[in-house]
Amino acid sequence: MRVDLSVQIGKLKLKNPVMVASGTFGYAEEFKDFINLKKLGAMVTKTVTLKPRRGNLPPRTCETPSGMLNSIGLENPGLEVFLKDKLPFLKKLGVPIIMSIASEDDPKEFIELAKRLNSISTVAALELNISCPNVIGQRFLISQDYEATYRAVSSVRKVTSKTLITKLSPNVTCISELARAAQSAGSDAVALVNTLSGMSINIENKRPKLAAVIGGLSGPAIRPVALKMVWEAYNKIKIPIIGMGGIIDTLSALEFFIAGASAISIGTANFINPRVSIEVIAGLSEYLKRKKMKKINDLTGSLIDES
Amino acid sequence: MLQVKAKIILNKKLKGDYRHCIVDAPSLARRSRPGQFLNIKISGGLKPFLRRPFSIHNICDSKLEILYEVVGEGTELFSNKESGEYLDIIGPLGNGFDYKQVGKQAGRQAILVAGGIGIAPLLFLAREIKVRNKLVLIGARTRTQVLCEKEFKNSGCDVKIATDNGSYGLKGRVTDLLKKVLCDRRYAIGDMRIYACGPSPMLKTVCNIARQNNIPAQVSLEEHMGCGIGACLGCVVRTKKGLERVCKEGPVFKAKELIW
Repeated sequence: MRVDLSVQIGKLKLKNPVMVASGTFGYAEEFKDFINLKKLGAMVTKTVTLKPRRGNLPPRTCETPSGMLNSIGLENPGLEVFLKDKLPFLKKLGVPIIMSIASEDDPKEFIELAKRLNSISTVAALELNISCPNVIGQRFLISQDYEATYRAVSSVRKVTSKTLITKLSPNVTCISELARAAQSAGSDAVALVNTLSGMSINIENKRPKLAAVIGGLSGPAIRPVALKMVWEAYNKIKIPIIGMGGIIDTLSALEFFIAGASAISIGTANFINPRVSIEVIAGLSEYLKRKKMKKINDLTGSLIDES
Repeated sequence: MLQVKAKIILNKKLKGDYRHCIVDAPSLARRSRPGQFLNIKISGGLKPFLRRPFSIHNICDSKLEILYEVVGEGTELFSNKESGEYLDIIGPLGNGFDYKQVGKQAGRQAILVAGGIGIAPLLFLAREIKVRNKLVLIGARTRTQVLCEKEFKNSGCDVKIATDNGSYGLKGRVTDLLKKVLCDRRYAIGDMRIYACGPSPMLKTVCNIARQNNIPAQVSLEEHMGCGIGACLGCVVRTKKGLERVCKEGPVFKAKELIW
């Protein structure tokens, strides 16, 4: 029996629903020795900004129980260098490239980035990163505010016809409200969730383990939180959800589909097992066959809730 | 870069908290150069969560040697592994030492400076450097923690030791020993290169000494890593070229390029 793993995200038709999350897969070239990149459903780039960003000072990462904290601070070479040095490799991949973009001057920079990328056919979709917790000096995230989220998404929507994905933060009171803001502003999908804000302390020298003090928590430690947010949003919005947060194997990926995700993204697990995304693609097929299901779409939101 | 399952041939206690592991990994052994490292998944579970980087201590045919110190939960679990078990290893990673130049001109002197477990990558280097004069300075807390003295001598190196408590060799830091050696006509023969690995404060001092004496030096750094393959940008250090990744542009950096 053949199973259908394909999913539709906006205008994007993906051959399978497994993506790799922004910031955990570089610009794909870093992983070419380990996996056949062509097998991926889609690849989401490390976030790019208009101008280069140096990012935060080290130390930038530390391990925590079942997870890790990072405070990279959106280090990236800027749009020009990305187009010149990183895009040629991505062009050859034959996998939909979702470009993650962030703005230092919302919504002006988002608009400019989106306009500049309109003519770049290799970029199949844009992911608006309005939820990075690691930009020093920034007191609130765009995605922590309904109006700001609506404004950022709608301003990009007006200038691009590419598929638009909005990546949201879990550091909010009511995720479904923010997901609704993205939906009504014209986002084709939402990516749930970015990292959870956190910190860790070295008790010997009483200093924070990260130079930036706080960072974003990722890994299995945040999975139950992420899963709940996917489920909550699924019950309130119509656009597809790309679920992520602590997925490390087929089992954890399946939870997200059942909760309401149409596709999933694998993040931190790529660091530990560079082959994990390919293993999950195979694992999803096996599960569907075992459950005698024909399509991955039928699994989305199939949670049996008798509460 | 490869990801392999490598069989443990031996994983034994040396002195104190030091351990010596040998794995059979022909494909890794063929590709590895001195100063490169391996990123190892120590347990199949979530504890520890991330891989742990270890420098390559030596290569012997198809076998790779790792010298490590038990310092935390990752290395503790590593030390419990028995021969016959497998390790999931990614490697070889990083740039490695640039030592080829030294060999071209006979008469050049290589000075290898090791602090504590920082000795690990230097044996592989000592064996590969083709130069007439090789001097190894080993720094340890006490006599019982001096590692590899015999191995370096067998590789044709002169060996000098410094211990914190003076129980063996010079009483003091290995950087004190380095200063002393550079004042000694028998060793300071011009056209030298320094290669060092050890704790951060020691490497900083080595870089300062190298600059004061106008000697080119390379130091191998250690940082907490997310991925080890250049993707996460977690392990950066400050250099004159900006922030650079220890796992990719390093772990070996030229002393003159680092900003401490």
